[in-house]
Amino acid sequence: MLVNATPSINTRRTLQIEDVGMVFPTKRGPFVALRDINLEVLRGEFVTLIGHSGCGKSTLLNLVAGLTTPSSGIMLLQERELTGPGPDRGVVFQNHSLLPWLSCLDNVLLAVDRVFSENEGKAQLRERALAALDLVGMSHAVAKRPHEISGGMKQRVGIARALAMEPKMLLMDEPFGALDALTRARLQDELMKIVATTGATVMMVTHDVDEAVLLSDRIVMMTNGPAATIGEVLRVDLPRPRVRVALAENRDYVQYRKEVIDFLYMRHSHVEKAA
Amino acid sequence: MGRALLDTPRDVAPPADTAPVRRVSVVAVDPAAKPAPAPREPFDWRGLGARVLPPLGGVALLIAVWALATQKSASFPTPLATFDAAVKLFSDPFYSNGPNDQGIGWNILFSLQRVGLGFGLAALVGIPLGFIIGRFTLFNRMLSPLISVLKPVSPLAWLPIGLLVFKSANPAAIWTIFICSIWPMVINTAVGVQKVPEDYLNVARVLKLSEWKIATRILLPSVMPYMLTGVRLSVGTAWLVIVAAEMLTGGVGIGFWVWDEWNNLNVAHIIIAIFVIGAVGLLLEWSLLAVARRFDYS
Repeated sequence: MLVNATPSINTRRTLQIEDVGMVFPTKRGPFVALRDINLEVLRGEFVTLIGHSGCGKSTLLNLVAGLTTPSSGIMLLQERELTGPGPDRGVVFQNHSLLPWLSCLDNVLLAVDRVFSENEGKAQLRERALAALDLVGMSHAVAKRPHEISGGMKQRVGIARALAMEPKMLLMDEPFGALDALTRARLQDELMKIVATTGATVMMVTHDVDEAVLLSDRIVMMTNGPAATIGEVLRVDLPRPRVRVALAENRDYVQYRKEVIDFLYMRHSHVEKAA
Repeated sequence: MGRALLDTPRDVAPPADTAPVRRVSVVAVDPAAKPAPAPREPFDWRGLGARVLPPLGGVALLIAVWALATQKSASFPTPLATFDAAVKLFSDPFYSNGPNDQGIGWNILFSLQRVGLGFGLAALVGIPLGFIIGRFTLFNRMLSPLISVLKPVSPLAWLPIGLLVFKSANPAAIWTIFICSIWPMVINTAVGVQKVPEDYLNVARVLKLSEWKIATRILLPSVMPYMLTGVRLSVGTAWLVIVAAEMLTGGVGIGFWVWDEWNNLNVAHIIIAIFVIGAVGLLLEWSLLAVARRFDYS
């Protein structure tokens, strides 16, 4: 199998997923959603999970987030076993999930407060939240409520909330899926900048091939469910900073793109072939 | 079973049947209905007329039918006679000639006090109870059947229990208000808690917020609109119940007053009381709607 195509002797491992499987009990017996998931994510690495809908990529991300517990296998975050959700993983939800009764600043503060309030005073916490909002270019809307800003802005605040906790890892579940194409492109570019400045380790779920190739160091391609697993891992060796316009004609980029499309539409377009 | 109970649409949805009535009265009474227009735009007389004239027409129609029907009746007062009685009644609303003869103002205030007490206690018990039922399936399953059985019981059936336990009329009336107005708050709060979006709870989980923070920052604001609908329904119920309860328990209060005037065969006063009770109920509803609007985050 091509799982772990790049065996790591590196000590900079941030996340290790070993033999993880997920079985959901249903009325018609157990449903195997994921099996034999083995994956390592290095510090500062940007990994995307891609696959057809229903392949369990979001399930895998939720497992790492601790929102669900795996049926088998173990997961380590910086050599410590994951047993549940925690602020060491910043989660960016697809629908932003900002609390509508709190201002942008208060939404971020809620997260900051949870992580740093033991050692820092009110002013420092506020400083952190403002810095996070500044990082995503939302300083102008600090006092606004989520319903007063656009979808793209909400997602920025969601990213700020996750980053402000200084998590070991950023988990993003199709963060730009609900945005229009132009907004999505702009946010992708900004995400690349933010990741470059913060050195964040990112695991992101997407179903957008271009997004995956543009952003990733590695693309984890998943087979179709049920009993989905990692089919292939594609290393994307494009130099950074990556510029969208220039990449469109880059031969490597086109090649990587083709490989993902081949995987998704030629080899794993049907469940029968994947099994 | 619990779900079936908690999804009873009558209690959950804001009462649609009162909406048109409310609209009509807002236009007729609320001075905000004729706001100062922008200086250059001509005043929209037609729009104002279209909103003000129909409600006035409705009232005029009622009075006309009433006047026609009572033309030859000796026992039922005409609109004019009722109006005269009302003018006399409201000219001195706060007189007091002993416990059985007090002004209509006092009667209303005493009733409001009972409603306030009974309803306040019901809120104090019902809202936390709703939170518990909504958050913990065990309690939901335990209490839902009981609520289903007790909810449809008429207020008057509770009164003897109150009289027995409290040995006095006034606490018994308050108890009746309490037990009848508690259910909408319990049920709506519970439904609100169950409908807190999963996303918000996931945020709480990934941030590992404390139970206190979850309650104050996520559950409470999220449940607030449901809770306030429950409160509104409860106040409405309480105001309905008070008249019946006071008729039986006596004392000073609008319900007792209606019964007293019936014994005096003063039908004009009964009609006035009906309008007064309606108006007070409407005011209660408005004030709670105003509160609810402040907590609407959508």
